[in-house]
Amino acid sequence: MKYETQKIAFWYFAVAMLLFALQMVFGVLSAYVYVAPNFLSETIPFNILRMVHTNALIVWLLLAFFGAAYFLVPEETEREIESPLLAYIQLAILVVGALGAVIGYFFGIHEGREFLEQPLWVKLGIVVAALIFLYNVSMTALKGRKTAVTTVLLLGLWGIAIFFLFALYNPVNLSVDKLYWWYVVHVWVEGVWELVMAAILAFLMLKLTGVDREVVDKWLYVIVALALASGLLGTGHHYYWIGAPGYWQWLGSVFSTLEILPFFAIVLFTFSMVWKGGRDHPNKAALLWSLGTAVMSFFGAGVWGFMHTLAPINYYSHGTQVTAAHGHLAFFGAYVSLNLAIITYAMPFLKRRAPYNQVLNMISFWLLNAGMAFMTFTLTFAGVVQTHLQRVQGQGYMDVQGELGVFYWMRLGAGVVVAIGALLFIYATFVPRRLELITPAGSLRQAAE
Amino acid sequence: MWETFTKAQARNIFYGGSLFFLLIFLALTAHSHWYMVSRSTDAAGLTDSVARGKRVWEKHACIDCHTILGEGAYFAPELGNVWIRYGGPEDPETARELLKAWMQSQPSGIEGRRQMPQFNLSDQELDDLVDFLAWVSRTNTQGWPPNKAG
Ligand code: HEC
Ligand code: HEM
Ligand code: HEM
Ligand SMILES: [Fe+2]
Repeated sequence: MKYETQKIAFWYFAVAMLLFALQMVFGVLSAYVYVAPNFLSETIPFNILRMVHTNALIVWLLLAFFGAAYFLVPEETEREIESPLLAYIQLAILVVGALGAVIGYFFGIHEGREFLEQPLWVKLGIVVAALIFLYNVSMTALKGRKTAVTTVLLLGLWGIAIFFLFALYNPVNLSVDKLYWWYVVHVWVEGVWELVMAAILAFLMLKLTGVDREVVDKWLYVIVALALASGLLGTGHHYYWIGAPGYWQWLGSVFSTLEILPFFAIVLFTFSMVWKGGRDHPNKAALLWSLGTAVMSFFGAGVWGFMHTLAPINYYSHGTQVTAAHGHLAFFGAYVSLNLAIITYAMPFLKRRAPYNQVLNMISFWLLNAGMAFMTFTLTFAGVVQTHLQRVQGQGYMDVQGELGVFYWMRLGAGVVVAIGALLFIYATFVPRRLELITPAGSLRQAAE
Repeated sequence: MWETFTKAQARNIFYGGSLFFLLIFLALTAHSHWYMVSRSTDAAGLTDSVARGKRVWEKHACIDCHTILGEGAYFAPELGNVWIRYGGPEDPETARELLKAWMQSQPSGIEGRRQMPQFNLSDQELDDLVDFLAWVSRTNTQGWPPNKAG
């Protein structure tokens, strides 16, 4: 850790990991209700469990993005963060908002659009926190060294804030409501978040592989150019059946298919940087997570996204368990993995010590990835069967669900493995032990940077 | 070719391309917005009670169990066409009574069957909700869903 203010990142990561654990608990509870439907139904119904699960996910991902920014912006700009005090005030606002939202949910205090259930005061709190953040980090960047990594990261974070404003607009016409709801949901994950992802991965590649900045920067711009060129009009894959004009079936199909390209470019980028780079960085776990991000986001977003993105296919699969399969692997492969990568990289610096618990961390990597992959397969099978029976043959929804029990049991099993992997990750990163489980050949070298 | 392609060129393509596609996207959004309020939805039928019905829908977060027009949670039946499933277009009076009765009779309490909570809605709220569901079912969704099962 070269700059004192990088320490701010530690607190963002810590709160993020608490919410990650909460997300896991509520994921497992929701999956349990699928197999034992009377469980909790009178006290905390499924919709509340799901709300806590998905909201905890979104908020912890955002907190980790902020933490990553506070960690890497000082190194990139070669300056301390403009105001640490503001950074902690921002965190406090977000913590109060998150706690308030979760507690409120248990008392039925929420709004009613998927992912945007937060009450108005929490939404406004998020806007204020985002403004504080953007001021703080933009000032640091303006006064410091300019790099492509900070530029792209900041563009992404500005985009997050700007598109979030559409969450405040809720027209009475349901179709129009959906038109702009996707401005938050799709343009986030398949637009501006990809900028954040590419910037953080570029930073990790610079540090872990030692490849020349010129090379990394060029890749970075190519990836984000592909992301926005495909992802903005790719929003059309959500406009097929909600009352929008028919031309979206063409535009959405073509452009969302092109959305595979940035994810494929990320695979090429990370693997060729590791191939080219001469550095033997001691933090192996961070490298594993970085490559894992590239591969799993390609499968989750690219392959599982493409599977149901063409309009004639989506006509049958729309809103079935196929969507749930894709939603899980895409969020996990891209944004969960990315954040676990940067946390794995940053924590030893924040604790001022050489990388630790790497073997445990890598075990958690395999538990999380294997569990997630299996969960995705079971949901995909469930979704395909559901699509056939319900959408092709026309059997009633509840009758069809009755046939899918075995898949939901397997999903629960896979989910428990994922949750254990998550807890192990948190333990491995936050509780340094003196000894590695397995001593590496040659003693651990000092961190290169 | 990769060698002669410079970082500055990549950057310019990113800025130029993104702006270009953003403008097209905004223009098509404006057109889609116009199309929705004037062509594909029943704008004239969007009464106060439909608007209130949407608020009831949101207040109880039905979306986190159900899908509507295919979006939401996958735990409970699609409701964009529930009005049609209940025979609303042929016999609106009966469909209304059936839907209201459904809302009042939950949870079923059947062991091993997914449960829907009791929301204790007033008669006015129930009517608004049914108006909302009936209104949604009149949206031109390009022929989705493939069949009544939703
Ligand atoms: C906790 C989850 C949950 C919530 C929240 C929920 N529902 Fe349901 N709903 C269900 C389930 C499960 C069924 C199917 C029950 C059955 O068939 O026994 C259902 C069925 C229905 C049906 C009948 C569908 C059909 O095709 O027969 C209607 C209508 C309905 N819900 C309306 C609503 C409305 C309106 C709301 C919000 C005010 C709502 N539901 C909230 C779980 C939920
Ligand atoms: C990391 C990037 C991505 C994430 C996090 C992500 C996540 C999600 C989520 C959560 C949903 C469900 C939304 C809802 O609740 O209605 C969804 C839907 C969808 N996604 Fe993605 N996605 C990503 C990338 C992609 C890509 C690249 C494609 C196409 C190639 C794609 C195609 C789709 C389609 C077609 C749907 C609609 C499914 C339906 O009709 O029910 N996604 N995505
Ligand atoms: C880091 C890992 C996880 C991520 C990124 C994640 C993400 C998500 C997302 C994005 C949704 C909304 C899906 C959509 O609308 O398409 C969702 C719903 C859900 N998740 Fe997870 N989740 C994770 C872990 C888990 C675990 C471990 C379980 C437990 C088995 C679980 C169970 C569920 C259930 C049951 C739903 C509701 C699906 C429905 O509506 O029917 N999730 N999750
Ligand atoms: Fe999308």
